[in-house]
Amino acid sequence: MGKQTLSFTLNGEPVSVETESHLTLLQLLRDKLELIGTKEGCGMGECGACTVLLDGKTVNSCIFPAMEVDGKNVVTIEGLTDAQGNLHPLQKAFVEYGAVQCGFCTPGMVLAAKSLLDENPKPTEEEVRHGIAGNLCRCTGYIQIIQAIKAVSGQI
Amino acid sequence: MKKFDYFKPTSLEEALTLFAQYGEKAKWIAGGTDVIVMIKQKTMTPDVLISLQGIPGLGEIKFNGTLSIGPMVTHRMIEKSELIKKDFSALADAVSWLGSIQIRNVATIGGNICTAAPSADTATPLLVLGTQVKIKSLKEERTVPIEAFFKGPGATVLKTGEMIKELMIPKPLPNTGSAYYKLQRRLALDLPILGVSVLLSLDKNKVTCSDMLCTTSPISSILHKMEEDQIICKEVRIALGVAAPTPMRAVKAEGLLRGKPLSDELLERVAETAVQEAQPRDSIRGEAWYRRDMIRVLVKRMAMKSIERVIQPEETVFPERLW
Repeated sequence: MGKQTLSFTLNGEPVSVETESHLTLLQLLRDKLELIGTKEGCGMGECGACTVLLDGKTVNSCIFPAMEVDGKNVVTIEGLTDAQGNLHPLQKAFVEYGAVQCGFCTPGMVLAAKSLLDENPKPTEEEVRHGIAGNLCRCTGYIQIIQAIKAVSGQI
Repeated sequence: MKKFDYFKPTSLEEALTLFAQYGEKAKWIAGGTDVIVMIKQKTMTPDVLISLQGIPGLGEIKFNGTLSIGPMVTHRMIEKSELIKKDFSALADAVSWLGSIQIRNVATIGGNICTAAPSADTATPLLVLGTQVKIKSLKEERTVPIEAFFKGPGATVLKTGEMIKELMIPKPLPNTGSAYYKLQRRLALDLPILGVSVLLSLDKNKVTCSDMLCTTSPISSILHKMEEDQIICKEVRIALGVAAPTPMRAVKAEGLLRGKPLSDELLERVAETAVQEAQPRDSIRGEAWYRRDMIRVLVKRMAMKSIERVIQPEETVFPERLW
């Protein structure tokens, strides 16, 4: 079987890429497509650093088979800026509220927050905490992260 | 990671034929949140993965007198189903604390029970809800009750080439409530130290002391008061996870309560009997004595939560009472 060609939408653009069938989505993104904004933390689906959006929903790309993205819509952290390169409001808020320390959890955290707000534009603090429960930050910056998300939802 | 070929059949027939062709070399993959991790950890070494994602009809929740859940239904879909939350509450409880949203968006209920971890969150709700598992292979289709599905840690009745086609859950009797409690150390991304599900069908949903459910009265006081109403337990099912090599029903405990009026003394004996039926072990997440103690506590608490769900007192306690 060996190599397969996958066609999908990546950050709004159609892509076609040849891949080995055993790769994860994370390997496809980082190693084949050189989009290194998506991070590998635990590699086992527990830390959320590798979070990307698949058809608008968060998935852990480190345990997601690349083969399953054929025909789907994938958004990575690189896809959040607009055409002029301006940061997404969530990214601006993360900067403004000091929600970024080492930054390793940030791409996944921002995408988890985006997915949360897309579904629920005015989440309660409890819902924000629940929404980012799958993303570990080891700099213990959760308070600032929660504030940044609440700010974007117009609640600060 | 070990290399493997990956097939995406687009019909059940094609999938089963492919599996028959590769046999022991092949594994099914649903969401992959267990399979890919096991391959990374080298505890599973398939040459071929056969994906069930592309097969139409396996990812639907339908209700037509019986609740039908396709094996490819994700935990997140169940979490968002109002019908399941209302009438099959224990299952809704279980999926909302499983993994993280990232996991629940991908992980499927079929995968959760096929992995057959003693800690599988959906297993004990499916046990108390009386689930029938429809199994399909190239040659035949058979249905087994979920009690007979689990054979040991990681082992099920599925033979090579068989797959789950559907989970069928009968509509509960009137005045039924069910609840699941996941005893865990943190509220996300944890496996249960213990999982306890209870389902109760009562003969009425009006009691004179319903307002007591909205207070902080001790369970024993509420039950003493309820004894005056003579509430009969028409049906009861109790299931325990991480309490034995497989998720299990506590049938002796259920037998004590079935057909009897609810009382504090009886619920105490039911919980104690469930403890005696369990065979918990010492493990990294919890020791056997602790699991036994908590079975005693949680069986009673989940019975109370089920009662609360039947009676639906008008006022609610905020934050929600932790039974």
